[in-house]
Amino acid sequence: MIVSIEKCMHCGACVGSCPQNAIYLNEIVLVFNDKCNRCGRCVKTCPVGAITMEAKK
Amino acid sequence: MKKLNYDIVVVGGGPAGSMTAWRAAKAGAKVLMIEKRQEIGSSLRCAEGISHKGLYKVGITPDPKWVSTEVAGARLVSPGGHLLQIDEKSAGNEVGMVLERHMFDKYVASEAARAGAEIMLKTSAVDVIKENGKVTGVKAVSYGEPLTIKAGCVVAADGYESQVARWAGIDSTLKPTDITTCFQYRMTNIKHVQDYCEFIIGSAAPGGYVWIFPKGGDTANVGIGVMLSKLKKPGEVKGYLDKYIAKDPRLNCGQPVEAIAGAVSISPPLEKCIADGLMIVGDAARIIDPITGGGIANGLLQGMHAGNVLGRCAQAKDFTEANMQEFEDLWRKDMENRLWRNWMAKEKFVTLSDKTLDSVIQTIAEVGVEKVTVYNLLMAIKEKHPELVKEFEEFL
Repeated sequence: MIVSIEKCMHCGACVGSCPQNAIYLNEIVLVFNDKCNRCGRCVKTCPVGAITMEAKK
Repeated sequence: MKKLNYDIVVVGGGPAGSMTAWRAAKAGAKVLMIEKRQEIGSSLRCAEGISHKGLYKVGITPDPKWVSTEVAGARLVSPGGHLLQIDEKSAGNEVGMVLERHMFDKYVASEAARAGAEIMLKTSAVDVIKENGKVTGVKAVSYGEPLTIKAGCVVAADGYESQVARWAGIDSTLKPTDITTCFQYRMTNIKHVQDYCEFIIGSAAPGGYVWIFPKGGDTANVGIGVMLSKLKKPGEVKGYLDKYIAKDPRLNCGQPVEAIAGAVSISPPLEKCIADGLMIVGDAARIIDPITGGGIANGLLQGMHAGNVLGRCAQAKDFTEANMQEFEDLWRKDMENRLWRNWMAKEKFVTLSDKTLDSVIQTIAEVGVEKVTVYNLLMAIKEKHPELVKEFEEFL
């Protein structure tokens, strides 16, 4: 997952919505761990559209 | 690695966490509250409404230092512009005053400190420590340095994120229909009604509402919540709010001085808020009212019960689930039925079309509901639109 630091407002909406508890927000830095299964819920949840899914390799 | 030892470590310095820390410390427990951000009460993720009763119930007297403005009640506006005006005593937990959360959260945390609780800022929990199936502390990072905090009980007051509970093995995952995604501006130079909190329902905010909460003079919190399951494109929530503001002549003359984002749960509460060495409070326990989206009053009340029970547990040095059961009994007695009923009502209301909402608001305004609780709303609707309430007849 790709996070736009220009758009992200550090609100944690994605963190609480993630079914895998795979996102961690340390004040302003958003980190995805390997539990992320690319379900895309964070992409839709983000109020400002800061998260995008990278193309599958 | 640095190691600390406490009776209780509270993760999160919002109203529920601070209230828990306050009451537990007051009862003599050795309490540490950690907050991942560098300032308590910031950054704001709230419309800031609460009733006088919500504060009274937890023994807090309103103080002009953190009350932004007093309001007389709520105005519910239907998509076609039908208006239902409700005074404070009938309007539920979220209407009566609008707080200055930057200051209010600091006030509650200060009371916790005065009662003897310690506070660490810029300290974030990264995992729970479990031994023999019991939670015995948290791993944290404080100002960049790793830290081990051992405690008899970990209080998960980490808000909507609710990571601590999930690390400990309690599933607080939400369904897309139980999540509202939000965006809010503090707007100034606007021409809103200054003594009422306004809620605009319908397709302007699918599955949620637009709110205008006065902040004194020509300033207000203007925000929106949209149900996650109704969103199609990334960043759509901000778009919905911008679109609404552009067409409301009271608002499109104004300018923003603050923008915030966030999400709230509109789910039933967690089935279990305790485990050996663990207690869950506030938004993390999913005790936000599913109809209003408000959580300050519920969080404070639940935090008060948590702190009182933990104070007793600390004296006995017994933080087993069995010994903390009193906490579950107390808070569920206060709010569980209401939360479940409002969740079921929400499930129904989000299916209503703009046309039906217009008709419903008009009906209630005509019927003149004395005391507009969710129950009374349903009864009034039943009279004119029995087909709308069939599905939850049993609640009536």
